[in-house]
Amino acid sequence: MSSDVHAHAHAHDSADAHAGTRSGQLIGFGASVVLTAIPFLLVMTGSLDKQATALIIMAFAAVQVVVHMVFFLHMNTKAEGGWTMMALIFTIIMVVIALSGSLWVMHHLTTNMMPVHEMGQTP
Amino acid sequence: MTVAMGTLKAGEPVFYVVDEHEHPEGSSTMLGFWIYLMSDCLIFAILFAVYGVLGAKYAAGPAPKDLFDLSLVAVNTAFLLLSSLTYGFAMLSMQQNRLKAMQAWLVVTGLFGLAFLGIELTEFAHMIHEGATPQRSAFLSSFFTLVGTHGLHVTFGLIWLVTLMVQVKRFGLIEANRRRLVCLSMFWHFLDVIWIGVFTFVYLMGMLR
Repeated sequence: MSSDVHAHAHAHDSADAHAGTRSGQLIGFGASVVLTAIPFLLVMTGSLDKQATALIIMAFAAVQVVVHMVFFLHMNTKAEGGWTMMALIFTIIMVVIALSGSLWVMHHLTTNMMPVHEMGQTP
Repeated sequence: MTVAMGTLKAGEPVFYVVDEHEHPEGSSTMLGFWIYLMSDCLIFAILFAVYGVLGAKYAAGPAPKDLFDLSLVAVNTAFLLLSSLTYGFAMLSMQQNRLKAMQAWLVVTGLFGLAFLGIELTEFAHMIHEGATPQRSAFLSSFFTLVGTHGLHVTFGLIWLVTLMVQVKRFGLIEANRRRLVCLSMFWHFLDVIWIGVFTFVYLMGMLR
């Protein structure tokens, strides 16, 4: 039956597409080690000032998330006819709205509505 | 399959398939599981938002600097990263149909996961012993909720891992088991991605405060 052959080939394709290659895994792992070690060293040694350190470790985290997505989760624009990428983009939009919205609104609430005697202590 | 015939114009038949064509079993599992992971991502986003809002409200209690041991977190991060790599190797062995090698890599992955959980629980126990319980301050409530939810995911991942190893032992690398193993690999790598956010925003940024 042609549909059975198709079924097997299809399932096999999608399973294999998620395995990647050994070199890909090792490249991803190597990149992750570097991207993890540098932020930890920066914070543990405290060699840079706090604001610069914070910016650098956030940038490294963002890069590492992308590295994991590409080398471990094998994200690409073609898998499942592009629908995984669509779901990912939608989720990123939702996450950005939820995170930035919550932080922004709550920050304004703390700065504007705190009792006067606690104003000095707000972070 | 039923083929219906409609007529657009007289004498010009249009054929179309009334029934949905057959889908091979499990063909939509990957997309479905990916969408589950995305919804899980939203849960974590909300917990991160809660931590972002409450993370600096110490209620005159302990702050991150008094509680966190970064070298322990670094070891933990290394364990989780290594477990991602070993799971990747397990998937490669599966691709080459090397069942024994795959099971061995899965065992290594499970041990790394177990070590991660062990260290995390030791850290929690130490904090609670010092009086830094979830009830102590808003910072600690949100910390335990966020990191605890991640730990709970790892726990369920481990249960799933053991279940699948038994499945593979009993039924071999059948199509269904391959599919399940791929789903767990996505779940496991996804937890590693979440951990990047946790160690960056909770532990490292906490120490900078």
